Amino acid sequence: METKNIMIVGVGGQGTLLTSRILGALTIQAGFDVKLSEVHGMAQRGGSVVTYVRYGDKVYEPIIEEGQADVLIAFERLEALRYTHFLKKGGAIIVNDQRIDPMPVVIGAAKYPENILEDLEKEHRIYKVDAMEEAKKLGNSKVFNVIVLGVAAQHMDFSKDDWLRVIENTVPAKTVEMNKKAFEVGYNLH
Amino acid sequence: MSDKVIMLGNEAFARGAYEAGCKVSAAYPGTPSTEISENIVKYDEIYSEWSPNEKVAMEVAIGASISGVRALASMKHVGLNVAADPLFTVAYIGVTGGLVAIVADDPGLYSSQNEQDTRAIARAAKVPVIEPSDSSEAKEFVKFAFDLSEKYDTPVIVRSTTRLSHSQGMVELNERIEKDDKPYVRDIAKNVMMPGNAKGRHLVVESREAALAKDGSSFPINKVEYKDTKIGFITSGIPYHYVKEAFPEASVLKLGIINPLPKALIEEFASKVETLYVIEELDPIIEEQVKSWGIPAIGKEILTVQGEYSANFLKKAIAGENLKLAPAAQVPNRPPILCPGCPHRSVYSVLNKLKIHGAGDIGCYTLGAVAPLSVVDTTVCMGASISSLHGMEKAKGKDYIKNWVAVIGDSTFMHTGVNSLINMVYNKGTGTVMILDNSTTGMTGHQDHAATGKTLKGEPTYAVDLTALCKAVGVNHVYEINAFDTEKLEKTIKEATAMDEVAVIITKSPCVLLDKTPVNKQYRIEAEACKKCGMCMKPGCPAITKKENGTIVINDTMCNGCGLCETSCKFGAIKPVQLR
Repeated sequence: METKNIMIVGVGGQGTLLTSRILGALTIQAGFDVKLSEVHGMAQRGGSVVTYVRYGDKVYEPIIEEGQADVLIAFERLEALRYTHFLKKGGAIIVNDQRIDPMPVVIGAAKYPENILEDLEKEHRIYKVDAMEEAKKLGNSKVFNVIVLGVAAQHMDFSKDDWLRVIENTVPAKTVEMNKKAFEVGYNLH
Repeated sequence: MSDKVIMLGNEAFARGAYEAGCKVSAAYPGTPSTEISENIVKYDEIYSEWSPNEKVAMEVAIGASISGVRALASMKHVGLNVAADPLFTVAYIGVTGGLVAIVADDPGLYSSQNEQDTRAIARAAKVPVIEPSDSSEAKEFVKFAFDLSEKYDTPVIVRSTTRLSHSQGMVELNERIEKDDKPYVRDIAKNVMMPGNAKGRHLVVESREAALAKDGSSFPINKVEYKDTKIGFITSGIPYHYVKEAFPEASVLKLGIINPLPKALIEEFASKVETLYVIEELDPIIEEQVKSWGIPAIGKEILTVQGEYSANFLKKAIAGENLKLAPAAQVPNRPPILCPGCPHRSVYSVLNKLKIHGAGDIGCYTLGAVAPLSVVDTTVCMGASISSLHGMEKAKGKDYIKNWVAVIGDSTFMHTGVNSLINMVYNKGTGTVMILDNSTTGMTGHQDHAATGKTLKGEPTYAVDLTALCKAVGVNHVYEINAFDTEKLEKTIKEATAMDEVAVIITKSPCVLLDKTPVNKQYRIEAEACKKCGMCMKPGCPAITKKENGTIVINDTMCNGCGLCETSCKFGAIKPVQLR
């Protein structure tokens, strides 16, 4: 199988690392070779963070480059826009419809772009979810990232049972039920 | 059930040490090397510790090696500078039990103050270097390094990079092989490096280097792949994968040992390919040596000594491919910032108000250099805040630094800051030092240190009393203040900087990310009372934003109730809300 490229982007502290851990476990369970590349350290303090997940028969480089991503999972609107050029022609964007102002915007040195999703929609397949709102409805805003994964799952090669099994094995025991519920919410949205 | 698992590069390094029978590990945290120790601690067979700095860590490992067991020190690239003193001399002494240092470089500067190349230091120290390229090799090469260390009686460096340390890949697990402790033999000619003995040992080092350069050609950690011989690549580590991705049909010599270089192997490969490229991130360490042997090769003429490489980068530089990529959108940057609720923000908002310059240091608080806080003026290396402020005073007189303070974190103070404070007192300085004590090593992801009262294993231990320590080195004025008590902070900073004596202000408040209990209080802005003056936005809390219509709001998914904004509002418009 040709190598599949999944990119997860967001703001440091949003929990992208948990998401990539689930994805990694999922690809191994399916018997693929897999490489993940993460960002630790300074950028995790509210900076723009990106995680690469690559799986297939044999994976060499651990990074995804411009024009190569099959799926772009964005935890924040501006970050979706920042990395859109990494998307392959026909690739899908899953975006959490949340706005987090970067410091240049907070201090008035830059403007947060308007109509990001509307503009992206003109040229790309895009699936959006207000995962924070959905998570609050479940009574636990922390599981918003698994809701986003649920949406993404509809556009990837794994069965729902595969996903649920991996979530069971990856998240802390106490939060399994909540995370499975969150996954279902995302999975049934689109 | 297969025993193949997915592991972070650093986790695989730790596993390698475990399987190799390593018994002692010491380190100081530093991105991208931190998780090596955080994974080693899971193996009860290995004694592991956080040392106050990399020099101490290296010496702990050296002692363990002399006593006859396999020992490991791990650090980031700049940590090797701190540990360079023991490294350069243990290269003469050699080892009893195997001695390995894992050193992680940071091409692309994800979390560092420079982009130095460990291989250059290793060459200067005459220490062998081996370099793995993925998690699987990370584990295997550490085991090879321990064997190599004992066979050639030398410390060995395993070089990593951020991309390797922080990528996950498949690893096949093996059992740990217990090693019998080597008997201790008193041998002062080998272990006491005074001039007469060191002269003799230097000869040993040179012949060891020559032997390694010769034997290295047959080491199994090198890999030769002959395909199309029109183009041949010499490479190592992570760039190997970029070469394979970009030029799958080319011939490749992937070096496992990169110091000393296996000359015969390289000469043979070079003779069989028409055009030879050397692909290495950072400095042309391999390339310059290969060229010095009269072998024509192409490298940094068309490549760069900065940042990370990639397959696309190589395709463009070497094959001249036009990849016709979509351009990136023009969007505002998102630089790292202090978290909502960070105690450093509170301290910096006071320093900013008093227009005080900060001689800075290494840690999250370096982020106080940028707008809107704009307090930190300098950052050099661990511990430099205090000593560089002292240097300014000695150059320009005590009045010159009345509007300056040194700012340093608790962990960095224990690393090397305390030496600088001793110097400031001893040489009659008058500087003000602020220790931003958040009870952890923050930037690297919360590691304990000598003043937190916990070991790497999580066991309770003696905690250095920072106030008592400062007093003991001769500081008469030591203040302890809650980092969020801005009023008292302001008063004390004014008092301390006006004094003609060294003063230390320890601001205390734990890192906001340490407290895992759910937030029970947040703040809201009452729209009717808000005058939209923007004072609450001055400290740059990311939870407070201004909408298009000028309304200022607090984001309820980010606010964690530190209350700094409440103190900044003159109109009482910011009010606490109890959540549960």
